[in-house]
Amino acid sequence: MSTQIPHVNYLELGDRPHLVANECTGCKARFFDRRNACANCFGTDFRKAAVATEGVLKAFTIVAFAAPGVPVPFVAGIVDCAGTSVRGNVINVDPTPDKVTLGMKVRLATYSLGTDDEGVEAVGFGFEPVS
Amino acid sequence: MASDDIWILGIAMTKFGKHSDKDIVDLGAEAVMAALTDAGVSMREIGVLAAGNLMGGGGFGQMLQKQVGQTGIPVYNVTNACATGATALRTAIMAVKAGEVKFGLAVGAEKLAGAGLLGGGGSAKKDGNKWEPKGRFGSVAPTDGRIGTDTMPGTFAQVGMEYGHKYGGVSFELFARISEKNHAHSTLNPMAAYQKQFTLDEIMNDMMIAYPNTRPMCSANCDGAAAAVVCSGETLKTLSLEQQRRAIKVSASVLTTDPYQESCQVLPDVNTLTRNAAKIAYEQAGVAPSDLDLVELHDCFATAELVHYDNLMLCPEGGAVDFFDSGATWRTGSTPVNVSGGLESKGHPIAATGIANIWEICHHLRNEAGNRQIADAKVGLAHVIGLGSACGIHILERSGR
Repeated sequence: MSTQIPHVNYLELGDRPHLVANECTGCKARFFDRRNACANCFGTDFRKAAVATEGVLKAFTIVAFAAPGVPVPFVAGIVDCAGTSVRGNVINVDPTPDKVTLGMKVRLATYSLGTDDEGVEAVGFGFEPVS
Repeated sequence: MASDDIWILGIAMTKFGKHSDKDIVDLGAEAVMAALTDAGVSMREIGVLAAGNLMGGGGFGQMLQKQVGQTGIPVYNVTNACATGATALRTAIMAVKAGEVKFGLAVGAEKLAGAGLLGGGGSAKKDGNKWEPKGRFGSVAPTDGRIGTDTMPGTFAQVGMEYGHKYGGVSFELFARISEKNHAHSTLNPMAAYQKQFTLDEIMNDMMIAYPNTRPMCSANCDGAAAAVVCSGETLKTLSLEQQRRAIKVSASVLTTDPYQESCQVLPDVNTLTRNAAKIAYEQAGVAPSDLDLVELHDCFATAELVHYDNLMLCPEGGAVDFFDSGATWRTGSTPVNVSGGLESKGHPIAATGIANIWEICHHLRNEAGNRQIADAKVGLAHVIGLGSACGIHILERSGR
C-alpha cells in the first residue's frame, strides 16, 4: 500500500480532502500558517477549522510567463470558500479567458505531484469548475 | 508660510532607462548633485540623508556620501519595497519636522534594466527525490505555480480582477486602454524610459505575461535615481525670494501599512492601506480629491491603476470603470493621472519611483513641465505602493508667490 503526503501541511488528505486553517478563537480570523498572535485581534488562542471545499472564484490570472521550471500557462486564483479566501490554481479546465470566468463556482480537487524514491506520493490541491 | 510647514526646496531625477555605464552610486550622485543645485544649498548644510535602494547590497547612503560629500551626518538606509523612495522622503521630512535638522536630503536609486520577471524566484526550482516538508506551510515542493502565483504581474492581475468581481465592468480591453493612455502620455516626457505610443491592438496582441496584463501593461524595469531637499517654513523664510518662489509645499506626507483584512493572507491587499493613507492625506492637506490638478499613482500594472482611482477617492466607490471611461484620467481630462507616462512607460527603478513621481508633480506646480505642462496646476498628489505592503502619499501645492 502506498503512502501519501500532502503538498502543504494545511491540506488534509483522506476520504474527503479539505483544507484546515488555524482559527482565532476570539474573532474567528483564519490563517493557513502559524501565528504568535491573531493579526486582527491579537488573541493567542487558535483552534483547527475545516475550510469549505466549494467556493466562488473571485479573482484570477492566467500566468503565461513564470519562473524557470514552472509550467505555463496555468490559472492562479483566489477562491471565496464560504467566507474564507483561499489561494490556489484552477485546474481541470482550459487555461483560457473563455473557460475561466469571475464568479464561477469551483470545488477543491487533488492531484498527484509524483512519487519519491521511497514510494511516497505527494498530493497537491487545486480548484476545478463545478459542472 | 507657517513655520512648521514642510517644503521641497530642490528636487531632481535622472533620465530613466538603461544606464549601462553607471552604477547605483553614480545614478544617486547625479540626482543628489542636481537636487542640491536646484535647492541652492550645499552638502555642508544637509543635516540628514535618507537613502533608498532595494536591490543593491546595502550601505547605499554611505557609498553615496563618499561620492558627493562626507560630512558625518546621520544616514538612514531605507528599504520599503516599491514605497522605498517615498519612505526615504518621509524619513527626511520627519527629521525636519522634529526640529533636529534644517535641511534633509532624500534619494532613491535603482539598477533594474534587464531584470526580467520580478517575484516567483527567478531561478529553476528542482524537486528533491524525497518529499520533505519545509517552511511555514510544511510544503514538500515549491508552491509558486502550483498554489497560485508569486509573480508581480500575476499578483496585480488578480488585484484588478478582484475589483471586477466586486463591481463589474472590467475586461481585458479596459485594462489595455489604461495602458494605451499612459503610453500616449509618455510621448511628451523626455525623462521616460520609453516614449513609444501603442495602439490598443498592439497592446492587446503583445506578449501575454499574466492575463490580462500583456508586456506593455507591466511596469518597465529600468535604471534611474531621484533626490529631494526638504526644509521647514521657518528655514525657507530665511532664504532668497527665488528659492521661496520655486519651493513646493508638502501639504501632506503619509505612510501606511496594510491593516488586517480577511483575504490579505492569500492576496496582498493594496486597497485598504491606500484608502487609509488618502483619507489622512486629504485631511492633513485640507484638500479634496476634486481639487487635484494632477495625480501620479502607482500603475505598476495596468490592472493596478484602475483600483487606485477608487482607493484615492478620485471617483465614487465602485465607480473606477465609469471614471476611466469618461476620459477623466487622460491629460485633457478633469483629473489627469500619470501624465509622466507612469511606471508602464516612464519606468520603475524601484527606489527612485517614490521621489520621481513627486518630481513630476513639482515640475508642473512650478510651471516647468514644458510641452506636457498641465495648465495652471496648483495641487497634485503622488502615490506609491510597496507590496507587503506599504503606501506612501504626498500632496503637494505651489507656493502661490
